[in-house]
Amino acid sequence: MAVTAMIGAKIHRREDPRLVSGAGHYVDDFTLPGTAYMSIVRSPYAHARINSIDVTAASKAPGVVAIYTYKDFAKAITGGIPVAPAFVAEKKQTPNRFPIAEKEVVYQGEAVAVVLADSRYQAVDAANLVDVNYDQLPAVMDMEKALDPKSPKVHSDGPDNVAWDLTYVPDDAEAMKEADVVIKERIHQQRLSPTAIEPRGVMAEYARADGSLTVWMSTQIPHLMRFYLTLGLGLPESRIRVVSQDVGGGFGSKGYPQAEDYLVTAAAKLSSRPVKWIEGRTEAIQGTPHGRGQFFDVEAGAKKDGTLVALKVTQYLDAGGYVGNLGAFQGVACLLSGGAYKWKHISARTVGVLTNRVPTDIYRGAGRPEATHLCERVIDLLAGALKMDPVAIRRKNFATEFPFTNNFGLVYDSGAYEKALDKALEMVGYDRFRKEQEEGRRKGKYLGIGLSSWIEICGIGPSAPTAGATGGIALVESAQVRVFPTGSVSVYVGTHSHGQSHETTFPQIVADTLGVPYDSIELRHGDTAEGPAFGYGTYGSRSLAVGGMAVHKASKKVVDKARKLAAHIFEASEDDVVFDQGQFYVKGSPDKRKAMAEIALASYGASLPPDMEQGLEAVAYFDPPNFVWPFGTHIAVVEVDPETGDVDLQRYIAVDDCGNVINPMIVDGQIHGGVTQGIAQALYEEVVYDNDSGQMRTGTMTDYLIPTANEIPNLELDRTVTPSPTNELGVKGIGEAGTIASSAAVINAVCDALSPFGIKHVDMPASPDRIWKQIQQARVASSNGEEARK
Amino acid sequence: MKQKVATTINGERREHEVEPRLLLVHYIRDVVGLTGTHIGCDTSQCGACTILVDGKAVKSCTMFALQAEGRSLTTIEGMAKDGQLHPLQQAFWDEHGLQCGYCTPGFIMAAAYLLSENPNPTDDEIRQGLEGNLCRCTGYVNIVKSVKSAAATMGGATAKAGAKSAAGRS
Repeated sequence: MAVTAMIGAKIHRREDPRLVSGAGHYVDDFTLPGTAYMSIVRSPYAHARINSIDVTAASKAPGVVAIYTYKDFAKAITGGIPVAPAFVAEKKQTPNRFPIAEKEVVYQGEAVAVVLADSRYQAVDAANLVDVNYDQLPAVMDMEKALDPKSPKVHSDGPDNVAWDLTYVPDDAEAMKEADVVIKERIHQQRLSPTAIEPRGVMAEYARADGSLTVWMSTQIPHLMRFYLTLGLGLPESRIRVVSQDVGGGFGSKGYPQAEDYLVTAAAKLSSRPVKWIEGRTEAIQGTPHGRGQFFDVEAGAKKDGTLVALKVTQYLDAGGYVGNLGAFQGVACLLSGGAYKWKHISARTVGVLTNRVPTDIYRGAGRPEATHLCERVIDLLAGALKMDPVAIRRKNFATEFPFTNNFGLVYDSGAYEKALDKALEMVGYDRFRKEQEEGRRKGKYLGIGLSSWIEICGIGPSAPTAGATGGIALVESAQVRVFPTGSVSVYVGTHSHGQSHETTFPQIVADTLGVPYDSIELRHGDTAEGPAFGYGTYGSRSLAVGGMAVHKASKKVVDKARKLAAHIFEASEDDVVFDQGQFYVKGSPDKRKAMAEIALASYGASLPPDMEQGLEAVAYFDPPNFVWPFGTHIAVVEVDPETGDVDLQRYIAVDDCGNVINPMIVDGQIHGGVTQGIAQALYEEVVYDNDSGQMRTGTMTDYLIPTANEIPNLELDRTVTPSPTNELGVKGIGEAGTIASSAAVINAVCDALSPFGIKHVDMPASPDRIWKQIQQARVASSNGEEARK
Repeated sequence: MKQKVATTINGERREHEVEPRLLLVHYIRDVVGLTGTHIGCDTSQCGACTILVDGKAVKSCTMFALQAEGRSLTTIEGMAKDGQLHPLQQAFWDEHGLQCGYCTPGFIMAAAYLLSENPNPTDDEIRQGLEGNLCRCTGYVNIVKSVKSAAATMGGATAKAGAKSAAGRS
């Protein structure tokens, strides 16, 4: 295959003309005649027993169609929301999570009753009249206290609050003995709300006449949702159609089944009305699972010359009131805790702790931002302890031979870590900055620089390690390529864009593989009634490295058939037929050509080879041989105002390597957005609960601080290109890279700026309040020290 | 008790009977049927519902439909003229100023007002002018570029960023 014009080209997006015109179709833009709107009555308490639910007043409210509680849904929904093995196959307990509470609520925002009414406003009015009588129970909020056997239980009938406790590699007391310096730190990862600007939403219509269910929803995983709804509602998969057109962001939060997905569809079945539910923002922050919610106890040792020796990691992960469908995926943080470096020994243990908060689940990066953050913080802490330059310690310890097998047996497919580091250092002007910093400090100006030489695992995933992911379904990917008689092409994929630009980039791959004009190719996704039997969705930076390869593979199957037919037409041997830039010809006779479109027409005609069926289309499933391993170096430059604790993020440099690039404009856009979410975690965002009552304090966008354009500087991007040997396109993933890299760069810069105060570590978000207090404490400590010396 | 509200939306006269409590954004979306104006929060933070009311950017969740009586409203659907995208729409396309596209109509409307007040804004003025709108996908970098590029197309005096061809290669 000749790599021709389209792969690597900056093609402007096909999605945009409709989206900039207000002509997109997000789930709330669909309404069916007779639609009833659903409002959900949610628990105001973190933990309570439900004594009674009185719907008398609510039932009489204008426009009310129906009110359903657990006992109604128990007739329509079987079982609970499934929990995937993810990276913790053996769990201690996964409390059964029925989509609506029966006798006990275990987090603020858990569904207790639903109201259907003729209009949105009437549904909310009536929901406010549902009278639920609760007995409050103690809220378990602190992970360490929750692990005490005497702690109150998150579920009053639970054995304890341990969801899992898994040691990946046991501690080896001998390992640390080789180290000349040892550092210890507790590193927090605050809870984050994914906050897609389009909230979640579901609309469902059940046709009693033929028993079919159509579901319109904002989702990253249309086919997996159909699978989960089949299991939950007992309808055949063939009778359920999930439609998801434009999706207004997801960041993981629309990548797994949630309570409302079952409640809306079951309510449509129970009421025989189309039912629509659109999440409010407070519902989203309270009820849509959070990301992160962890702390890590780490201990690391190095030799005097900077050689890394041993790392000991214990992850405590706040699972919430139930274990999220993919919540345990975040255990991957342990397996990547060594980052881009060679370590002699790493021990790791993950502990999943139940608390009376909404469950945590996958959010952009899921486990990998945590791994980078802890590893890159540890590297800087060791550099500080050794009085070594943070650049030098990284250079000394980078993995350099690929494939590189890490301490947990994961195989990094390709990398050139130092190259990305060098480029980033050059862009920032590292040596010059250190001089400015030195001069600044003499004038009371606190500048800091922070490096993050990140790696990640993505392109989920090979069938073997993901086989058990969701009820036995391995997370491979599918595509179907159809060439019509007149030569235009439709491509159906199992991935689903929620901003990733698949309508633009996948046809770029098809154009080059089939050698047909880009404009003749149309991409379709987000409707389970079309295309291959199953698709796996978009998450874990997998769409290109797995889905793009399925597209490539299906296109190649089409080319193979077309070549056979061309040979037949040319009356030549197949081996003598050349395919170049969409043209077939016989070796030595390049002037007698047949274009793909001509072969397409012939394929639907009468004169085929004896063993050939009509048509020119193919389905392919791609099962990657490994994950893919992008990497890069990010550098943040900050100034901290010691009087206010305010962090001014002055520059942000990102040099990333995601292998071959299909469309550089899209890749840069993904990095921009990803970096911004990591900066947001480092400096602004945190879901805060009152630790006694379990009441959320950040339930609106007034309190939950998504950055605006004012907080994000111009981001300076460049890349290196190290093709992946894992797939024929040489591609990796880039959707999560920015988020995986950036919190560490920012916090390392903040810590660097504060090093004159003797501050070694700052937790996130590095808010003015937190930093100011740390500076005050450091000043007190230092003056006490001076007193003591007198 | 429903009351009458008469407005001009995108140049077309509209008249409906609505509940007094109906928010303008719900009126535009659910009654008039213009679904390009989006809703992203309950508290007037996100700006996805931004429209122009008599030429000024307004978050349409902060007004009742009845308060729009006699006003002239422009929504995203009213920006393109004769099948030609508005320079801001074109610039967001050219500069990759959107990904999922959900916040985009609000940004374009807020930017339209910004440029009507300040035809030649600096990057900082663009950032400040758009601080009432939240985007979760783009990191704002390309949104700022888009507005700057549109300003140049629309005749801002010194802006330099030129719109690039929609199918160009870098």
